[in-house]
Amino acid sequence: MSETRQERKPEEFTGREYEAGFVTDIETDTLPPGLNEDVIRHISAKKEEPEWLLNWRLEAFRHWQTMQEPHWAHVNYPPIDYQAISYYSAPKSQKDGPKSLDEVDPKLLETYAKLGIPLREQEFLAGVAVDAVFDSVSVATTFKGKLKDAGVIFCPISEAVREYPELVQQYLGTVVPTGDNFYAALNSAVFTDGSFVYIPKGVRCPMELSTYFRINALNTGQFERTLIIADEGSYVSYLEGCTAPQRDENQLHAAVVELVALDDARIKYSTVQNWYPGDENGVGGIYNFVTKRADCRGARSRVSWTQVETGSAITWKYPSCILRGDDSVGEFYSVALTKMRQEADTGTKMIHIGKNTRSTIVSKGISAGFGQQSYRGLVRIGKSAEGARNYTQCDSLLIGENCGAHTFPYVEVKNPTATMEHEATTSKIGEDQLFYCQSRGISEEDAVNMIVNGFCKDVFNELPMEFAVEANRLMEVSLEGAVG
Amino acid sequence: MMIKIENLHASVDGKEILKGINLTIGAGEVHAIMGPNGSGKSTLSNIIAGRDGYTVTSGSITYKGKNLLEMSPEQRSWEGIFLAFQYPVEIPGVNNTYLLKAGVNARRKHHGEQELDAMEFLQLVREKAKLVELDPSFLSRGVNEGFSGGEKKRNEIFQMAVLEPSLALLDETDSGLDIDALRIVAGGVNKLRSSDRSIVMVTHYQRLLDYIVPDVVHVLADGKILKTGGKELALELEERGYDWVRQEAAA
Ligand SMILES: Nc1ncnc2c1ncn2[C@@H]1O[C@H](COP(=O)(O)OP(=O)(O)OP(=O)(O)O)[C@@H](O)[C@H]1O
Ligand SMILES: [Mg+2]
Repeated sequence: MSETRQERKPEEFTGREYEAGFVTDIETDTLPPGLNEDVIRHISAKKEEPEWLLNWRLEAFRHWQTMQEPHWAHVNYPPIDYQAISYYSAPKSQKDGPKSLDEVDPKLLETYAKLGIPLREQEFLAGVAVDAVFDSVSVATTFKGKLKDAGVIFCPISEAVREYPELVQQYLGTVVPTGDNFYAALNSAVFTDGSFVYIPKGVRCPMELSTYFRINALNTGQFERTLIIADEGSYVSYLEGCTAPQRDENQLHAAVVELVALDDARIKYSTVQNWYPGDENGVGGIYNFVTKRADCRGARSRVSWTQVETGSAITWKYPSCILRGDDSVGEFYSVALTKMRQEADTGTKMIHIGKNTRSTIVSKGISAGFGQQSYRGLVRIGKSAEGARNYTQCDSLLIGENCGAHTFPYVEVKNPTATMEHEATTSKIGEDQLFYCQSRGISEEDAVNMIVNGFCKDVFNELPMEFAVEANRLMEVSLEGAVG
Repeated sequence: MMIKIENLHASVDGKEILKGINLTIGAGEVHAIMGPNGSGKSTLSNIIAGRDGYTVTSGSITYKGKNLLEMSPEQRSWEGIFLAFQYPVEIPGVNNTYLLKAGVNARRKHHGEQELDAMEFLQLVREKAKLVELDPSFLSRGVNEGFSGGEKKRNEIFQMAVLEPSLALLDETDSGLDIDALRIVAGGVNKLRSSDRSIVMVTHYQRLLDYIVPDVVHVLADGKILKTGGKELALELEERGYDWVRQEAAA
């Protein structure tokens, strides 16, 4: 990072280029590549943000400049030039942007069709409220009325900043502080959109909340910021699904997701991630460096992270739970597939602080082709966490000879009353399993899908119904040609 | 004629296991193959079902008039070949019924027939489960996942009942079954006997043949079929062992 900065030419600092840039870019509303305080002021002004938020961003930016890009993850990728990325890009005209799914890029719909989940059906039949993020600006929000009746707030975060500033200010950055890590700091400085959810006391959100993200314009990094607050005794299930069209250049994605669960609240956060993984040689995929963290602030609160990761060239992701409230529960269910040249370094952190806190980790890793995958998990039982319990299960499935799976479980126990259980297995899809299926009339490819889906079942069972079906299909589509 | 095996030679890792098998089985016939451990009985069954890892160095297998050795394992299944495994394989998380439905429908599709829907299929498996008195709870469990040895064997015959093969190869289905289970499973096989279905039973024990009476009994030893006889041959083997067969063949 610091090297890149030193290599920059002096004229890049002058800002004249940007001034000119602003003029020509008003039509497309896209900032020229580069990052400095002016860019941040521009983003903040575009979003008509209050002073406190601009200052918050600037503070994050200043912090970021002092930070080093982390390289400890078990992944390899060429250096990212943060000055070559454009930090703001709106659809050509937000006002004439797609108002319905009819106006959505047919290619996107095609991908979904291949996965067997026509968006429209999902929207209408499944009662899913869709807050679609195209590039950096939310352009469509539906089912608002129904949610409003329940008192649920579900809107783009920029809208929340304007409409519910006190809620945003109270919670933003309290789970993932601006200086938490390199990517979180960058996100705090430049985030342009994302979702905001607030579930009032005692309310059970009447529908699954869903956001589809898509990365659109070439060379545009995406920096969503999601903030979900479940007030006392409330419940919400939030679904996040992603897909991206084929790209020639790697794209950076550094989102931050913050969850806050107060007393007796429950948040279920499910992700199906299917970004472009790059071609067989690893060219063109998306870099996914995301910070997801839940704060189980209240007593008896409960947060579950369920994720199905099949996309991205590089994934670096550790959804975490801070179990602060007594008797709070954190859960992490993950399926990750790496094939071709994909690399993934994922896992979770469970930080036990409250008494009798419980955490469950089930991680299923599948590697095919030249895929490399690491599970990196931290379970920390703090001094105060009397009677804490953790159960961890890490299973790896290898398809072929050239892929790899690695596990790095870290455990820190500072309270002797803790109960820890850990199980780990590595298996290969056996020739005997394949032959058994084939001898029953099932083709080799279908047999592989069946075996993989069986391997993932414990995690898929945690997904909401319509997502579980999608996850099954996604594995099949993703495994196409992965065997042989 | 169902299947005709001529002068079949096959090896594993360069080691010759089958050294010239000749075997012809007519439609509706039940044949038993007996022989010492390691003589090549499972190897023969696996080669007929299409398992990888064996090299057929010479000879031929003709099944329903077609060259069997050219077909993939799933094609053989679609054409009516079924292998009940000596050691059934566990596939965790894959529902037993789901696996069979995929298999049955793949075959129906191959033959241009309408695929069965979930309800039709459920009805089919429930009915077939009764044939071998398989507890319906096994239908929704993972394929052989955590099944006992005997339960696995019973499940194999249940699968045979569902897939309705033309040629069923039962590789030591009797081993692992308790006395009652043997009677029940054998009864199921007997109900599946028909004039257009041939059955090959690989077994070490005469007891199975008391229940499922074979038309023909073969002795496979040292990679060859050394002797062929009627059902009384099994009784003789039970009494005298295999050495005399070898000596007779050498003479
Ligand atoms: N993959 C393999 N690699 C090496 N040797 C093998 C392999 N498969 C089979 N064999 C050998 O081939 C021979 C025949 O094995 P096979 O399993 O066909 O015997 P079998 O007649 O079925 O014996 P049993 O009655 O014990 O089941 C044995 O000596 C076995 O060790
Ligand atoms: Mg054998």
